[in-house]
Amino acid sequence: MPQITMRDALNQALHQEMARDERVIVLGEDVSGGAGGTSGEREASGGIFGVTKGLLPKFGEDRVIDTPISESAIVGAAAGAALAGLRPVAEIMFADFVGVCMDQIYNQIAKFRYMFGGKSTCPVVIRMAMGAGMNMGPQHSQAIYSLLTAVPGLKVVVPSNAYDAKGLLIQAIRDDDPVIFFEHKALYPRKGEVPEAAYTVPFGEAALVREGEHVTVVAIARMVPFAERAIDALAKEGITCDLIDPRTTSPLDEDTIIESVQGTGRLVIVDESPPRCGMASDIAAIVGQKAFRSLKRSIIQVTPPHTPIPFAPALERLYVPGPPRIEAAIRQALKDEDRA
Amino acid sequence: MTFSVNLSKERLLRAYRQMKLIREFEERLHVEIATGEIPGFTHLYAGQEAVAVGVCEQLSDSDYIVSTHRGHGHCIAKGCDVGGMMKEIYGRKDGLCHGKGGSMHIADMTKGMLGANAIVGGGPPIAVGAAIACKLRGNRFVSVAFGGDGSANQGTVFEAMNMAVVLRVPAIFILENNGYSEHTGAAYAVGSRDLAGRSRAFGMPAECVDGADFHAMYDAMGRAVARAKNGEGPSTIEAKITRYYGHFEGDPQNYRAKDEVAKLRVTMDCLKRFRARTEADRSVPQAELDAIDQEAVAQIDAAVREAKAALPPVEADLYSDVYIQY
Ligand SMILES: Cc1ncc(C[n+]2csc(CCOP(=O)(O)OP(=O)(O)O)c2C)c(N)n1
Ligand SMILES: [Mg+2]
Repeated sequence: MPQITMRDALNQALHQEMARDERVIVLGEDVSGGAGGTSGEREASGGIFGVTKGLLPKFGEDRVIDTPISESAIVGAAAGAALAGLRPVAEIMFADFVGVCMDQIYNQIAKFRYMFGGKSTCPVVIRMAMGAGMNMGPQHSQAIYSLLTAVPGLKVVVPSNAYDAKGLLIQAIRDDDPVIFFEHKALYPRKGEVPEAAYTVPFGEAALVREGEHVTVVAIARMVPFAERAIDALAKEGITCDLIDPRTTSPLDEDTIIESVQGTGRLVIVDESPPRCGMASDIAAIVGQKAFRSLKRSIIQVTPPHTPIPFAPALERLYVPGPPRIEAAIRQALKDEDRA
Repeated sequence: MTFSVNLSKERLLRAYRQMKLIREFEERLHVEIATGEIPGFTHLYAGQEAVAVGVCEQLSDSDYIVSTHRGHGHCIAKGCDVGGMMKEIYGRKDGLCHGKGGSMHIADMTKGMLGANAIVGGGPPIAVGAAIACKLRGNRFVSVAFGGDGSANQGTVFEAMNMAVVLRVPAIFILENNGYSEHTGAAYAVGSRDLAGRSRAFGMPAECVDGADFHAMYDAMGRAVARAKNGEGPSTIEAKITRYYGHFEGDPQNYRAKDEVAKLRVTMDCLKRFRARTEADRSVPQAELDAIDQEAVAQIDAAVREAKAALPPVEADLYSDVYIQY
């Protein structure tokens, strides 16, 4: 099977779905680029991260739409086009810019179907690049999947590898509900085996990335490869872990997590979003409620601190949870607590 | 209100020094970024210097500005410490924002510099708020929002403009039309292709000015400031300008004609234009400009040297300044 990057896997998904279904359109800032430029080169960009490359030459300007810098109108227009029967894939360049178009996501798209009594269908996908680690500072680095997972009516996707990214994006485009699709910037170059043909990865089904017996580790997006490194290092000492990648935070595959915790009794959750009201605390609460008796000790959450994301590399390195912190957390999980 | 014909030799020299300092700051960053030593991504202001300096030479530390992702020029023109800025861009502890903001978030409240902004269109509403404060204090000072042609398509900018008109606050919107937002031309993305006209439709005067002409920028700003201080409300200045580098450092600029920048470096160079003008009207001895050129190079050289040697922030800095008290 060919090894390709997550960027190329996402690009393949867009190409294949646009070819398969003429209702699929792509819109966003610089998704092709070059419009109104002086070089005459029409696809001057192909997306700031290259995910939408080659779409404009193949599918034309009516279906691959470069927009002005107007996030509210981008998301709103995607919503309207979806209500009118298209299947838009809108791009918000950086997830942080959701701040500009929150109304369209939160009050409009997420609520249509429910408040219209089930009479509307809004099959929109909103893709966005997220995550820290590139020294892009406090307004270009946030991992806001927890924020949007909290909104009823949205599905939220957080792929950790190229294979899942392709299958999940195709699923997102074919899905009839609104989907927020997070792409971690640091994962774009991560390579994996990806079949050429189109396929889907279902929502709400976690992947069991590693199987073990001592500790359950749940990790999200970029935290998955970090957790793999920590777990593989510990395996040399005979410590083995289940590593669960939820792949979608809404819907969340609670069963896989709970079953694993029932076996290990020990849980570490690794989450790049802020610690308050985040996925780590959400999953901890679910396990606390549904598998309390299986737990041999308290749950450990590995998250960034409750701070904005600093620019300086020296600080950002401390902000982002990495393999050493995950390894330490797993070791701690193996120790039973003194009960006071 | 002062206009450029009345500027003293000292004031003209100061304006030139500011423009040259910005140019040298950016040209040097272009070189240093290529070495890989500067983290993150950086948007250079080179080419647009006369806009920032023409505007800010009409302001004092008690006037406010809000800036953009392409903010180094605005910061220098408003009086931010160049050494502190360089350290910030290198992510150092004693950078202007302790290394926590970086290139896109330089701020200095003591200079009335309310912050560069990495959210396109994030600044103008903030400038309107500062203008409300100015109005409450008797319109003795003004509040300026810098923004690009691309930012002018953001709803927040429309809202800010209309609100400034409705509230009649001393706000001034500077739209730097450099022809591009990232890799897309303003000819495509600005429907009417007329930013000044669009601003006028909100009910305020709007001039369209050659942004490479310091004197023209300074005079247009003088008129806007006079109007604001007179209690007549906001204005817009659309500055037609060009950027010498890519959207960010590393941008291959496939959307631009190959020779575009080379040509514009000849026709749209505010430093050359300033020299030509001041030589013709004999307002400034050219030898003094030569001396300033050398001083600017030395000053930036020192700033880079010090920034490279400066220490990064430490772990405790990660947790500080989230709140004042918690
Ligand atoms: C809300 C938001 N959308 C998109 C971006 C990405 N972005 C950064 S700068 C830029 C172009 C801005 O163009 P313009 O306002 O003309 O300023 P210029 O870069 O030309 O100085 C874009 C799209 C952003 N930072 N914020
Ligand atoms: Mg521009």
